[in-house]
Amino acid sequence: MIKVVFFAALREQLNCNELSLSSENITTVADLKAQLASTDEKWQQVFENTSLLSAINHDMVDSEQLIKSGDEVAFFPPVTGG
Amino acid sequence: MIDNIYPEISIQTADFSLADEVALLEENNAIDGAVVTFTGRVRNQNEGKEVTSLTLEHYPGMTEKSLAKIIQTAKERWRIGRVKVIHRVGELYIGDQIVFVGVTSKHRQDAFAANEFIMDYLKVQAPFWKKEANKDGINWLDAKVSDENKAAKW
Repeated sequence: MIKVVFFAALREQLNCNELSLSSENITTVADLKAQLASTDEKWQQVFENTSLLSAINHDMVDSEQLIKSGDEVAFFPPVTGG
Repeated sequence: MIDNIYPEISIQTADFSLADEVALLEENNAIDGAVVTFTGRVRNQNEGKEVTSLTLEHYPGMTEKSLAKIIQTAKERWRIGRVKVIHRVGELYIGDQIVFVGVTSKHRQDAFAANEFIMDYLKVQAPFWKKEANKDGINWLDAKVSDENKAAKW
């Protein structure tokens, strides 16, 4: 299983804090994004946003990064702290 | 507790005292002659609009890990002594303190540079998000290209 978490504007747009899904058929972050985008029209629109950032197990990664079962994958907008 | 793993980092809803933080940076630290601190506060306006409040969200766990990496990089680049980073989360109002970065070093140049470096990287890498309330409503703030450029200069 993969745990997926969402933050800030993304969390609100999706109305979803987190979800779990099977790691079957998911090799990279890009695969996971494609699967999430296929949920419905709203999710598709949200995941078309190329500025979205992703992290695996609390480290920022790019779309080519490999995902393994047990990973926590996060998606969020560009950060605005400080 | 995450705070024990990262004693140099504190993510908190509570306010902080600049005087207390400086005292901790200086306590039993006679080798460092320089103490550089930065405090960020909530401004009364942003991009021409009057701000009423800010809500800060973060990604617990990743926030501490990313700040720890930034601090580690600063320690490898400059000869610095102690470091403290405090970032508040939750609801904040005009004039409230949001963020504190304190760095000590033997001589001032290292502490000045490392402090600015930590702050510039915090802005573009640490997973915090600001939601702003103004008279038109409530909006998530967009990241600024100027912040990316500042961090890229290091």
